[in-house]
Amino acid sequence: MTARPKLAVWKFSSCDGCQLSLLDCEDELLAVAGSVEIAYFLEATRNEVAGPYDLSLVEGSVTTPHDVERIQEVRRQSKALVTIGACATAGGIQALRNFADVKEFTSVVYAHPEFISTLATSTPIADHVKVDFELRGCPIDKKQLVEVLSAFLIGRKPVTPAHSVCVECKLKGNVCVMVAHGTLCLGPVTHAGCGALCPSHDRGCYGCFGPMETPNAVALSRQMSKLGMDEGALKRVYSTFNVNAPEFRKEADRHGT
Amino acid sequence: MERRTIKVDYLARVEGEGALDVVIREGEVIEAQLRIFEPPRFFEAFLRGRMFTEAPDITARICGICPVAYQMSAVHAMENALGITVGGQLRALRRLLYCGEWIESHVLHIYMLHAPDFLGYEGAIEMARDHADLVKRGLELKKAGNSLMTLVGGREVHPVNVRVGGFYKAPRKRDVRDAIAYMKRARDLALDTVKWTAGFDFPDRTRDYEFVSLNHPGEYPMNEGRIVSNRGLDIAVNEYDAHFEESHVAHSNALHSHIKERGAYLVGPLARFALNFGKLSPLAREAAHDAGIAPICTNPYQSIVVRAVETLYACDEALRIMENYEEPDRPFVPAEPKAATGYGATEAPRGLIYHRYAIAANGKIEHAQIVPPTSQNQPSIEEDLRLLIKGWLDLPDDELRHRCEQTVRNYDPCISCATHFLDLRIDRG
Repeated sequence: MTARPKLAVWKFSSCDGCQLSLLDCEDELLAVAGSVEIAYFLEATRNEVAGPYDLSLVEGSVTTPHDVERIQEVRRQSKALVTIGACATAGGIQALRNFADVKEFTSVVYAHPEFISTLATSTPIADHVKVDFELRGCPIDKKQLVEVLSAFLIGRKPVTPAHSVCVECKLKGNVCVMVAHGTLCLGPVTHAGCGALCPSHDRGCYGCFGPMETPNAVALSRQMSKLGMDEGALKRVYSTFNVNAPEFRKEADRHGT
Repeated sequence: MERRTIKVDYLARVEGEGALDVVIREGEVIEAQLRIFEPPRFFEAFLRGRMFTEAPDITARICGICPVAYQMSAVHAMENALGITVGGQLRALRRLLYCGEWIESHVLHIYMLHAPDFLGYEGAIEMARDHADLVKRGLELKKAGNSLMTLVGGREVHPVNVRVGGFYKAPRKRDVRDAIAYMKRARDLALDTVKWTAGFDFPDRTRDYEFVSLNHPGEYPMNEGRIVSNRGLDIAVNEYDAHFEESHVAHSNALHSHIKERGAYLVGPLARFALNFGKLSPLAREAAHDAGIAPICTNPYQSIVVRAVETLYACDEALRIMENYEEPDRPFVPAEPKAATGYGATEAPRGLIYHRYAIAANGKIEHAQIVPPTSQNQPSIEEDLRLLIKGWLDLPDDELRHRCEQTVRNYDPCISCATHFLDLRIDRG
């Protein structure tokens, strides 16, 4: 019998929600556990099998001096490295520090800032090591996670369309919330994957899957401005879970404080 | 002098990253430190300048396991500031969403994180090799919780449907009705879970805790109530800061909370159960009696049974809400900003969670304070380690380390939450 591929799940700065998405695959979890050897997954097991690993899933962003070194070791131990979620792929909401004074941030939260070891920035994994595939979302979509694992086991590229959330709305037959109701929506510039969840709940997309390929954020901002969004709100709308993604950052920088 | 050093660098089967240092001298645990090195993410700092409407989506990201706890505490705090109340079916829907999170989070902890300690496995995947039917039962029950989260909130992790004043869209009556059959099945599985966990071999250890939880005249607490304890505390949510304080210690990126007058206290299932036993549904009370833990349980290792009873209650309560559900006329109560301070406290699966926000006339957040359950329990966890592992000090290092880990896991600690957590070192002198 051929050895099963070894899977490792790593955590950096994050909320644990993307790792949890693997445990939330209730219908597939035992099948996955039968197809791969879960060699390192601290949230699920004390058992640790030494590397190298065939596939590493990495959650979270790099925010401490120790993590800068740890991600290098993870890369050295991994044949393939896939980042899961907005923190690992873009730096997460904690990347709001990149545009603020982290010392001031520390003093707001902690009585003894000197006890805290943290970097001034929260950066995506790809800023530090080569990443083989990035899975988007805050959180990731568990069907896409199963697709990534299946694709890896078969040895093909995962099918995760890079078009916008708008296409998902059309596929679902949603009425456009922006056109029909004047609801502000980041769908036109946001990467697909969630199944157009927010517009399906009568709210505008808030961009948790980050920018799609070649988004026209300038045109979208112009339209949202016509619908009454002020400069501060335009800045904030791009400054959430994917604030450090270049296309969203650039558009946020064009608008007021 | 006899000296033993035991070290666990990363505690497994907890949410987030932490470590434990235990110092033993001449047969006494003289020091136990829970070191939380989950990196800080500074939520309270970057919430300043955001709109009050953004707090539920942003604070959800503190924790992927209990996002609803953050969303509910945030919306209640904002509504408290703005002077609006959310009643009727909207209030019931919030409770239904919270039932979903209690089921999902409790079942994750019971089956995947905690039960392996009692049955001698490294994790649930390993446990599934010998007990596939048990693990499948857990997964089916967990999925029932997640399906409620999806029904009401839109998705399991970081629900999209919660807003200040209510929801973006109310679920259809037809969809809620269609979910009843699965929830009835889940209630049966939850009852089986209480019986299963009640049969575990528990260490004979009890402690005299100060239990703290919400208390509501009409219901087992989730979203609303006064903050009470078994030592006479009985305060409104907005009096929290007058009675509790947070301190920052060198070994942890999570702040420690104490009751100003008395020190360490315990929040979570044991506390809620002890202080609100009479508010459980008859089915949950009867199951607790049969399990031998009613009406108060002071053995932290039996918290797994209390979690199972709460899971049963959450299924029962969800069914009650679903069977009485009517679509509300509008999905939310409109909220206009004004300069004010608002307070919110709800019961996360792991215990009391407190939010306070000061907002400006234009709706922008000027100040945010968030106290998650694990920060509140951290001093109690350290006290448990000092007091409860005494009889096990002669065990070999591996077994003692495992006992220490189990003692921490009793709390279902959420380290990602607490860092605003584990690696275990035992120093035997």
